[in-house]
Amino acid sequence: MAKKTFKHIQSTAVPIHAENIDTDQIIPARFLKATTRSGFGENLFRDWRFDASNKPIADFVLNNPLYGGQILVGGKNFGCGSSREHAAWAISDYGFEVVVSSFFADIFKGNALNNGLLPIQVSEDFLQTIFAEIEKDPQTKIEVDLVQQKIILLRLGKSESFEIDSYKKTCLLNGYDDIDFILSHREKIEAYEQRANHDYVLPS
Amino acid sequence: MGKTLFDKIWDSHVVSHEEGFPDILYIDTHFIHEVTSPQAFNGLRERGLQVFRPRQTVATADHNVPTINQHLPIQEELSRLQVDMLTKNCEEFGIELYGLGHRYQGIVHVIGPELGVTRPGGTYVCGDSHTSTHGAFGAIAFGIGTSQVEQVLATQCILQPKPKRMRIDVNGSLQKGVGAKDIILYIISKISAAGGTGYFVEYAGDTIRSLSMEGRMTICNMSIEMGARGGLIAPDDITFAYVKDRKFAPKGEAWDGALAYWKTLYSDEDAEFDKVLSFKAEDIAPMITYGTNPGMGMGITENIPAASQFDKQEQQSYLKALHYMGLDDNKPLLGHPVDYVFIGSCTNSRIEDLRQVAAFMKGKHKADHVTVWVVPGSKQVEIQAKAEGLDKIFEEAGFTLREPGCSACLGMNEDKIPAGKYCISTSNRNFEGRQGPNSRTFLASPLMAAAAAVTGRVTDIREFDLEEVG
Repeated sequence: MAKKTFKHIQSTAVPIHAENIDTDQIIPARFLKATTRSGFGENLFRDWRFDASNKPIADFVLNNPLYGGQILVGGKNFGCGSSREHAAWAISDYGFEVVVSSFFADIFKGNALNNGLLPIQVSEDFLQTIFAEIEKDPQTKIEVDLVQQKIILLRLGKSESFEIDSYKKTCLLNGYDDIDFILSHREKIEAYEQRANHDYVLPS
Repeated sequence: MGKTLFDKIWDSHVVSHEEGFPDILYIDTHFIHEVTSPQAFNGLRERGLQVFRPRQTVATADHNVPTINQHLPIQEELSRLQVDMLTKNCEEFGIELYGLGHRYQGIVHVIGPELGVTRPGGTYVCGDSHTSTHGAFGAIAFGIGTSQVEQVLATQCILQPKPKRMRIDVNGSLQKGVGAKDIILYIISKISAAGGTGYFVEYAGDTIRSLSMEGRMTICNMSIEMGARGGLIAPDDITFAYVKDRKFAPKGEAWDGALAYWKTLYSDEDAEFDKVLSFKAEDIAPMITYGTNPGMGMGITENIPAASQFDKQEQQSYLKALHYMGLDDNKPLLGHPVDYVFIGSCTNSRIEDLRQVAAFMKGKHKADHVTVWVVPGSKQVEIQAKAEGLDKIFEEAGFTLREPGCSACLGMNEDKIPAGKYCISTSNRNFEGRQGPNSRTFLASPLMAAAAAVTGRVTDIREFDLEEVG
């Protein structure tokens, strides 16, 4: 089944100056009751965006009209905690295509890649440069080139290369899907099942 | 060169290994629950696929369920719809469901081991990060997102890059009043909430070996709280005794064959790890967290760290956390009032946890202003607790023994801690709002939670006589 593709964007960015942003902040558990993948953007960072009476909290960046764009920038250890894919869905649904941090939690990174949301890990220095540039000018433009694996601060002319698993890169560029890939190995799966000793590990 | 335990299990489950692609790994049993599976079933329908191996899929309702009056329809509409959706999906795709009211229902990471589904040498996944719990049996078990739930439903396999291996040794004797929960909170406080990211951890050393299966599950459960995808412990006689005779455990000749195989499951002496850390059991005090991630923990008699010891970047996040918690830096936490006590979750809701708390509470009563919820991990734990008369002890102590579910660990049902209130909790996460919007969580062991219930404040369990508790 074809998935969303990603190649290249140029955009302003939204900075969140916090480390260890966990998936409970990205989307609190009480909003996980939907049975479809859409609509989670409405509750993205719900408890940082709105107070108990649902009034927007003025000093949170998503409520500040100066900031916008398709790139979200967060402090190190972004996406730690719960495996809820709803976190990646919420970020995508809100309109982001890229998340930049100096360190990502494993499960979040995988979930993002499975949803066409590109997690870019940069050095701590480069992350601080991005934060500083956006602070100076919220209109700061950032370019992300997946083919070249580069993130570029356009005004400064500073760039950094980022890593991405070569298989996942191909999937993102072409909209390929993991299930199609695994099912193309169906004979190997069945051969494995023949040779494995299920008595040891399977419910009897 | 020898192999690590992790590599032995991984290599025995590789369906396909191709250069430039992640390994295709076979999954022995896939656990599913109501919250992270509906979109995966929808995906199967859109693709026109069936569940590839429904007999290797085990379902239960746990995250969303009420913990009182489970015999009545679920009051909260969205929760009810989600639980009903799971029932419908399991019927349509031929999956065994231990739903509400079933004697095997419970928290997915409690029922798998309890039913003998989880075994040494197996591979287990679930759309829940605490799937790492099952590693306590010497298995590879880890949490996955919903796209991967769909992948496993469709293929019984997963595409997974192989993680690095870490070994964490704990050796020596534990102090009285210190247990498995303190060990893992201590390790996370030393290596941080991100210190294990990219690794699978094997816990070893004589202190780990001395733990019961329940204690080992508590340790492996919280592997994800240091960022590690999973944790595991080599199986031994304690493991085999736990698995033997359980509902789905191998029997007769199959048991003998399984046992012979399981005895080969250990890291070879010359196996290489990418990282090895070592801790002394004697250094571990009863632990408590003061912040908003599980790495922000300390020994109970210590002061909350001074903000000045962090660099500028970290300080901002650190002060935000203390502000949320309503705490000052460089001050003790001992004596701080608590409003709620939650004993439950996939970390600490097994029969051993309940027995320990009951043994401690016998003849004691909770402080008047404290609300105490004891939520068993499964229907079987609840039944066992009642058979042993633990419910009477809880009742006399002023505690409420509820029905099984995830409950106040993540507040998806009605069991929420009110805004601004402090809860000492045996669960696994102290994130902002985790137990309810603006709730404040102190993570600790079941004994520390019980001690706080008695005094109504954060208390050092070592102040009590622990002869009866063991």
